[in-house]
Amino acid sequence: MSAIDRRPPVRRYEHGSRVPGWDDAVDLTKPPATVPDPATTPVPEELRRAIEAEMAKYPDARSASIPALHLAQRHHGWCSPEAIQQVACVMRLTPAYLTSVASFYDMFALQPKPRHDVYVCTNISCSLLGADEFYDAMCHAAEGHGDIGVRGFECLGACDIGPMASVNGEYVGPLDLDDARLIVEDIEAGRPVLEHKQLRRRAVADAHGRVEGFDGIAPVGQEDAVAGSPVSGPVNPEETP
Amino acid sequence: MTQPLLFDRIDEPGLNTLPVYERRGGYGALRKALAMPPEAIIEEIKQSAIRGRGGAGFQMGMKASFLPKGEMAKYLVCNADESEPGTFKDRELMQKSPHTLIEGMIITTYATGIHHAFIYIRGEYQLQADILDAAVAEAEAAGYLGENILGSGHSLRLVVHRGAGAYICGEETGLLDSLEGKRGNPRLKPPFPAIEGLYHGPTLVNNVETLGTVPTIINMGGAEYAKIGAPGSTGTKLISVSGDVQRPGNYEIELGTSSREIIYGLCGGPKPGRTVKMWFPGGSSSPVLLEQDLDLAYDFDTLAKAGSMLGSGAIIVVDDSHSAFEVMQKVVKFYAHESCGKCVPCREGTNWTHKFLARIASGEATPMDLDILASVQTQIIGNCLCVLGDAMAMPVGSIVAKFRDELEAEIEAARERANAMPAVETEHLVAIGAH
Repeated sequence: MSAIDRRPPVRRYEHGSRVPGWDDAVDLTKPPATVPDPATTPVPEELRRAIEAEMAKYPDARSASIPALHLAQRHHGWCSPEAIQQVACVMRLTPAYLTSVASFYDMFALQPKPRHDVYVCTNISCSLLGADEFYDAMCHAAEGHGDIGVRGFECLGACDIGPMASVNGEYVGPLDLDDARLIVEDIEAGRPVLEHKQLRRRAVADAHGRVEGFDGIAPVGQEDAVAGSPVSGPVNPEETP
Repeated sequence: MTQPLLFDRIDEPGLNTLPVYERRGGYGALRKALAMPPEAIIEEIKQSAIRGRGGAGFQMGMKASFLPKGEMAKYLVCNADESEPGTFKDRELMQKSPHTLIEGMIITTYATGIHHAFIYIRGEYQLQADILDAAVAEAEAAGYLGENILGSGHSLRLVVHRGAGAYICGEETGLLDSLEGKRGNPRLKPPFPAIEGLYHGPTLVNNVETLGTVPTIINMGGAEYAKIGAPGSTGTKLISVSGDVQRPGNYEIELGTSSREIIYGLCGGPKPGRTVKMWFPGGSSSPVLLEQDLDLAYDFDTLAKAGSMLGSGAIIVVDDSHSAFEVMQKVVKFYAHESCGKCVPCREGTNWTHKFLARIASGEATPMDLDILASVQTQIIGNCLCVLGDAMAMPVGSIVAKFRDELEAEIEAARERANAMPAVETEHLVAIGAH
């Protein structure tokens, strides 16, 4: 068995589907859910205004369903039935429609989720560099911390810093096994996560991209190319066999 | 390469803000373009022969000329979903020089008579989306966006739209459905988006890098741009190199550069003592190439002739410390997870292949099963609305063909392991939910 098969099952897959309750019998005695009545559906004013601002951006207001679900998830912590009801009320859509949308996308949680998201990339490039071991270490480090949710995630688009993770949206890498503990500590202390490994501060690998005065982090594998000093041409071209 | 076009001093602090971008000549191409007739811009883009940088490699000028002429509700959508495993070039461009993309989009909409544009950025790219939002606000305040841009009479509304985590939304019609606020299921083509796309209007969909190159083409002139690169693959290309190389990251290369120069020269090759076992030349969807293919020129046509593709320009290098089986498992798991479930061959084929690999791992498979595995891949290709299924079938098919002996040995070894431990309970598969 490889590492990939040893992992604990992701909770939302236990049902055989990512939509919990997909096989629950429908209560035929109840009338079908309709567009919620604004008179009887309280929506926090701040959330309503934010959703309406999103709707105003598009020629067709329905386009705002994903941004609106993002807002509701941020407000409620997850896409709870109440959150969906509120979005449906403001957008004049049925809750069923919004549930169908929310269930399609990985970033929406239809079950309560921990407050902090740690997405560990376990796709091909990161896994070649040890992402599976890091994922196990991260799960282990987060044990007992109920507010930290660790998920194996598909390619997050940062293979240059693999193995990497997105911690509440902040990309960090390359990670070694010790970093799992540090990430948990930083989250719990409310600090910026692994500041010396944040992608936002990293220089481009291409030497043509460098400039004087750049005070970020050197690209992976080019730590000797001092940040801030421009380098011309490929580094160590003599290595070409 | 002597002349970087997109990555030139891209790390300059503050380049993501308007003052620095303008100081470096930014929005000069827009002023030049607005003084040209729209058809002349399309002509320049056609002359540049730039091929789409997102994966399919279709000529941008050709695609833009398919749009109906005249006043109607037309749309430009920038595909910034960038979810192909191994690809991260657009991320760097959007984060460090967002105005390059915005300027390219304004020029493109002026040339095609479009007044509504969207950047569909993947939800995981929160930093980059925030930077784009700020850049759009700056451009609006400076009169580059909105009504009557720089007195030209052209108007444009640009919206940054964040996705929520789905690979399929990088497929152009899935992206359009998602942008309309639906589940991101691909649509039947034809009609192609250029005829009927977003909100049933003619829609031009282009990759970040393609649109970001438009200002360069206007500045240089299409004919001059076409002199860079190789015949049939003009210009420079941003490539993302990852996996077993010593200096991974984004590089800008002239198309036609030797792959060996990229993997060994720029990226330092695998760790000392290791050799390249296989490499994906264009993201995890491209058929794998071997060590002996390293001298191929890195351009669209050469890679296609070698049985693979340039795709999004994402090179994933696998060294000899990894087994072909392990690579295949990772690739297959991804596509099985990301299949949207609309077309049967893809939904069933990806999941069936995933279960099949678990069967090999648990020691139940025989070498004959590899033939079935390969035949399933051929039955996915070309039988679905989009190419997600093909994107699994092509690399898997190529790995089975090129590493057959190793996979057969893996099957035997797994069988022996299973026989040696008869008490081990076969682990039940964790079902992978389709989107």
